[in-house]
Amino acid sequence: MKAEFTIPVVTNIPVTPSVVDGAMAHSRPFVAKSDHQTALGFPEELVEDWHDRALAKMKELLGKYRSLQVFMDSCVKCGACTDKCHYFLGTSDPKNMPVARQDLMRKVYRRYFTFAGKYFPWLVGAVDLTREVLEDWYSYYHQCSECRRCSVYCPYGIDTAEITMAGREILASVGIGQKYSNEIIGKVFKIGNNLGLPQPAMADTLLDLEEEIKEDIDVDVRLPLDDADAEVLLVSPSADFFAEPHVDGLIGYAKVFHQAGIPWTLSSHASEAANFGLFIGNDESMQKVATRIREAALELGVKRIIVGECGHAWRVAYSYWNTLIGPFDFLDPNYPAPQHICEATYDLVQAGALKFDKARNDDKVVTFHDSCNVARGSRMGNMPGGQFIIPRALIRASCNHFVDMREDSIREGTYCCGGGGGLLTDDLTELRVKGALPRVQALHEVIEQYHVTHMAAICAICKSQFTKVLPFYSLGMGMIISVHQLVGDALVLGSEQ
Amino acid sequence: MSTVTYLYAGAFYLAALILVLGVARKIMIYARTPVPFKIPTTPAPTTMPGVVGRMFRETVFFESLFKASKWTWIFGWVFHFAMLIVLIRHLRYFSEPVWMWVAVISPFGVYAGWAMLFGLSGLWGRRFLVDRVRYISAPSDHLMLVLLLAIVSTGLMMKYVWHTDIVAVKAFFLGLMRFDPTPLPSDPLLLTHLGLVVILMAVFPVSKLLHVPGVFFSPTRNQVDNPREFRHQGIRSS
Ligand code: HEM
Ligand code: HEM
Ligand code: SF4
Ligand code: SF4
Repeated sequence: MKAEFTIPVVTNIPVTPSVVDGAMAHSRPFVAKSDHQTALGFPEELVEDWHDRALAKMKELLGKYRSLQVFMDSCVKCGACTDKCHYFLGTSDPKNMPVARQDLMRKVYRRYFTFAGKYFPWLVGAVDLTREVLEDWYSYYHQCSECRRCSVYCPYGIDTAEITMAGREILASVGIGQKYSNEIIGKVFKIGNNLGLPQPAMADTLLDLEEEIKEDIDVDVRLPLDDADAEVLLVSPSADFFAEPHVDGLIGYAKVFHQAGIPWTLSSHASEAANFGLFIGNDESMQKVATRIREAALELGVKRIIVGECGHAWRVAYSYWNTLIGPFDFLDPNYPAPQHICEATYDLVQAGALKFDKARNDDKVVTFHDSCNVARGSRMGNMPGGQFIIPRALIRASCNHFVDMREDSIREGTYCCGGGGGLLTDDLTELRVKGALPRVQALHEVIEQYHVTHMAAICAICKSQFTKVLPFYSLGMGMIISVHQLVGDALVLGSEQ
Repeated sequence: MSTVTYLYAGAFYLAALILVLGVARKIMIYARTPVPFKIPTTPAPTTMPGVVGRMFRETVFFESLFKASKWTWIFGWVFHFAMLIVLIRHLRYFSEPVWMWVAVISPFGVYAGWAMLFGLSGLWGRRFLVDRVRYISAPSDHLMLVLLLAIVSTGLMMKYVWHTDIVAVKAFFLGLMRFDPTPLPSDPLLLTHLGLVVILMAVFPVSKLLHVPGVFFSPTRNQVDNPREFRHQGIRSS
């Protein structure tokens, strides 16, 4: 694959680079246009009094989030996080070290909000808020995928994602939002999903898929839309409706419901599990996007809500929904609300309700990429770490050949795919390719050692990102697949028995 | 009584005031600032006793740091643990009769000062030798280590080279606590040691030493992972 930048070399063992100052200073995503901004209640363009407004916003956020206030004060510059960010490992730019990314804000915080920074700025590295600083924020707060890997290793759990979110919120509130995320959130407000796919188009797509399955395996597996008789509302990332390899995952969910005899439906009103409000650190947007799901569930009168394969969506659903759009007292208390599709399938497997013919996946040697938001921002099942156990159990139930990647690159230490946190856009291709390096390096190890052919994931962003970046590393884009594709392919459906 | 005694008595009162009020103010700010959402770094404990265990491992063993970097962990943990022992040993200047448990622990800590020296030197070395850590170090990060190293060195020199009148030092501090100070010996090592301690106390609430209250208030560490079971409504941290 040809590129306008140097593609990193994949080494046999992981390497921590020496710092190269300013290596990624040129990387910045497109700025939101005025209508993308106003749809979310932000000013159209950089406001005249941006300096004062930015500081006022910062003060507001410090009073609103304990995380931000405590994290600004607590860092001891121990350096434990410096080699933990995939963007630093892939770009060598020191401002992509988590602590340095935090310091972009911390040096302003110190200057205006602390004794030491007000009177001895040179001593503690405090600086005035200038246009240059603001530009740096825009650049480097869009080189963080909010993956929380740094937070695992920091002795105080300092989560750079929280600071990135605050940084983006301040930037948007003075008029410089990010086009990609804000445009998408606007589409959800207006139409109900990230792709701007209206109801008739959705209905057509689902019909096509039903026909495809029929042709393929000669079983009438349904993909219902707005079915008021359904027990389960499935909320999935809209990429599942047409993108590859996502759509095979959607077919997998449908087969599971079909085989288990669970009446389910998708909703055209809540046709999106993704919630980019999280990425831009804007609670109002996050709540507005999530509210559509509560509305759809009430309208359809379902008893359960199940969320499809999507990393940050699951974090929002698991950790934020109850606060934002709860309580879920109208749902069946016998099931967790919300429930992940992997949890639902796993319970069915445990109950012996599903039968698998693993040999159908014998052409594959599979490894599993833990998605960051699932790994470090949520849970599955009723035990800590269930989010690591359950998807692997599903893969093992449907495949004979499964291996894990290097221990420090999976589970809570998993490397981000490089495209999360609102960075999955073509104007950040260089960053995305370089940020994928640590994951690709670990993948390379198991390809060499175990001849791994496929990497399964449970996140729409991971799937899109790898489809795009794997070819840059001379790997096939088809390596990345949905967990529920493996499940669906191996699942023995009723009429086949 | 000499000017030096008055000067040091005044300085200690002032520094103690700054330390206590400053840290109390910060704790109030942290406690009052809401935690609108559940953000524990998972996998996280699903029960309160589990969280207490996690916090215990973080503060006593520096668990996350251990996962991150073995070198930093060795230097950092040795420094902190040795400092704890040193400070416990120092309680003999503040208690009469010396508390039983202090007397029991003290003999085990005769080398703790050296251990602090080892840990602090290692931590300081990292700031020069590791390019990433060099990049993130501000002058204050170096100075904090210099300050601690100076306190430790003067302490060790008093212990092994130029002894000071420990009985008089103790009388001074016991007096200080009764608001009735007695004369302080005025040998330069002791005065340097104590002067630096005053500085350490005074900068505590306006420096990165705020990691001490901060670690207990970090929502990614102190929250219970139970958002589906209990509806988190913002204000409290669990
Ligand atoms: C609850 C008590 C405390 C905990 C859990 C704690 C924890 C930590 C941890 C995990 C680090 C990072 C690793 C390292 O560099 O050592 C650190 C650094 C540091 N701590 Fe503490 N600490 C505590 C109390 C204190 C106190 C009382 C002081 C001061 C007198 C102190 C001074 C420092 C300094 C100066 C550093 C930075 C070291 C460097 O420059 O690399 N700590 N602390
Ligand atoms: C008001 C507070 C303090 C007083 C009155 C004080 C006094 C003393 C004295 C009199 C000695 C000599 C001991 C001897 O000759 O055996 C000493 C030693 C020492 N001091 Fe302090 N000191 C204070 C605070 C501190 C602090 C905050 C630290 C560390 C952060 C520290 C670290 C040391 C060390 C490492 C030694 C040598 C080893 C040892 O005796 O354990 N001191 N101190
Ligand atoms: S959250 Fe992830 S992307 Fe952001 S600084 Fe931390 S490790 Fe890097
Ligand atoms: S690990 Fe935490 S305390 Fe250490 S430098 Fe990074 S953010 Fe600061």
